[in-house]
Amino acid sequence: MAEKPVTQKAVKKPMKVKEVGFLVFIALMALLPFVLNLITGTGLNEGVTKFWQGQLIAFFIMAVFAMSYDLLIGFGGILSFGHAASFGGGAYAFGLLMKHWAPNFVKENPIMLGNTDLTMLVVLLVVLLVVLLVSVAVGLLFAVTSMRLKGTYFAMITLALSTALFIIIKSTDLHEWTGADEGLHGISLPVWLNPTQNRLTVYFITLAFLCVSYLLLRRFVNSPTGRVIVANRENEDRMRMIGYNPVTYRTIAFVVASIFAGLAGMFFSIWNMSATPTMISAVTTVNALIMTIMGGMGTLIGPIFGAAISQIIQQFFYTWFGARWPLIFGVLFILIVMFLPYGIVGTWRLQKGNLREGWKRLLRLFTTKSEAEAPESGQKPPSM
Amino acid sequence: MSEQIPGNDLLVVDRIETFIGQFHILENVSVCVPKGSITVMLGRNGAGKTTTLKSIIGLTPPREGKIIFDGMEIQGKQAFNIANLGIGYVPENRAIFRALSVQENLKLAERKKGDFERKSDFIFELFPDLKRLYKLPGNHLSGGQQQMLAVARALVPENKLLLIDEPSEGLAPILIQQMMEAIRKLSETTTILLVEQNFIMASQLAERYTIIDDGKTVQEGLMKDLIEDTDLIHHYLGASIKTRKELEMEHESEN
Repeated sequence: MAEKPVTQKAVKKPMKVKEVGFLVFIALMALLPFVLNLITGTGLNEGVTKFWQGQLIAFFIMAVFAMSYDLLIGFGGILSFGHAASFGGGAYAFGLLMKHWAPNFVKENPIMLGNTDLTMLVVLLVVLLVVLLVSVAVGLLFAVTSMRLKGTYFAMITLALSTALFIIIKSTDLHEWTGADEGLHGISLPVWLNPTQNRLTVYFITLAFLCVSYLLLRRFVNSPTGRVIVANRENEDRMRMIGYNPVTYRTIAFVVASIFAGLAGMFFSIWNMSATPTMISAVTTVNALIMTIMGGMGTLIGPIFGAAISQIIQQFFYTWFGARWPLIFGVLFILIVMFLPYGIVGTWRLQKGNLREGWKRLLRLFTTKSEAEAPESGQKPPSM
Repeated sequence: MSEQIPGNDLLVVDRIETFIGQFHILENVSVCVPKGSITVMLGRNGAGKTTTLKSIIGLTPPREGKIIFDGMEIQGKQAFNIANLGIGYVPENRAIFRALSVQENLKLAERKKGDFERKSDFIFELFPDLKRLYKLPGNHLSGGQQQMLAVARALVPENKLLLIDEPSEGLAPILIQQMMEAIRKLSETTTILLVEQNFIMASQLAERYTIIDDGKTVQEGLMKDLIEDTDLIHHYLGASIKTRKELEMEHESEN
């Protein structure tokens, strides 16, 4: 009987650099508000500490949005200019329900368990469910479009669809509900979820959201379904001839990406306590595209880096260059694409073999030198 | 046309006509593949052999004619449905998934859970190199190894029929021998329809042949008859094709 190849289950693998890095990231992010608190002496919910928590909350949310876009473009090979529709869809679904439905429901239908008021918890669960349903619906809408169209034509149609939704949301006929051009402001939130009153709680909720999303998405792309989606990206005809329907797997990619984008949108509307038409516009999709390209497509970690860089750049470039900051950012983006064509993480992964080899060569150079010196000092060179 | 065993054909391609865009590629192609046999499709470059295979699997569906597989008409069905009926297709261009590892390429072909585990011994016996390269991404494999992986992938699920397009294309002579051995072993359990330019290889493997010329079936029959018919070979397959008999004669005269 032929010897079986070593499977992943057969050998207990040591922790990978990626896993260690992820744990270090969580630890650093969890400790950061407290470290800032110690360094600056300001309270956890005020001053510099509060400001940086805000910056990081936006980063955590945008990182999930960028990862969801990476699932589409990096793993599925699907260039969609309408991904913001899911992000904005989640934001508006949350905002509309929390502003127009939840306050009355809470007043009129208190749900008690003994002395505990569970009304808000039930409301949030219902809203979460609606956000998920809206995200799935938007994902399916784009998936249906992709059944017959591919490449540039598909990209253009997604742009058109997203723009149509943008125009609908902005329409003055819906002003009473959506706030039209100005957006939906004054979303009512429970005190513990209010980022102004309880920023640290929102900070940890969004950090958990990023970590859980990363783990789930990583598991998804490494699952058999995820591998089929990657194979689909390479060649759909090959998938057909081994018995897979590419449309099914493209639809799965759209729905999963849309769910994560919708949830990111929901958290973004919590963070801003509002939902604005910009969230649904092509500009938001392009932002996700830029984050994904900067970090590295098809890497998952790359978009997290991309979101971090984008957030930092937005903050500092605005302070340094004022309204001209996008111009400087554009130049920086061109440089990144020119010198890191696969993004930061993508290029690192490609080059790390060469770097390791170069490092070894450097070490060998020093080792050889010391070996050559050894006989002079009367010592034997180490045996091979 | 020569003898056929009625009712024993696993695949019957009956006067199909296939268009690619506005081009009429197959005008009248008929092929019969008896159960348990190796049938080879021969013909010059551009004759329509690959299009015939693609028409069978449903990638370029025929506009006219019938394709009957295992008693069922399959023309017009979607490619993935046809594949799931039990037809494996190994295209000519080493169509593996380069971003996936050897393991992932093989696992991807599972139709039922555990297909690969059941077949792994057989696959690694046929292609021992793949066991060594199990974890490597497809783009790290040589051309020959990619070809082996493409064939191995078609072996993972339980296929009744294998369509193999030019398995020897671009392979070193030693690998051609290995591929021939693999196909011979496969034919013990699976019916095979082969497209092959290497006439020596085709004549050693196949029991039956079909010659396609300019999108039409022009001749079919038993391989042992074709080997004797040098004129027919030269007429349809080109003057440069040498039969085994001619090679043996050349070898004798050299000695």
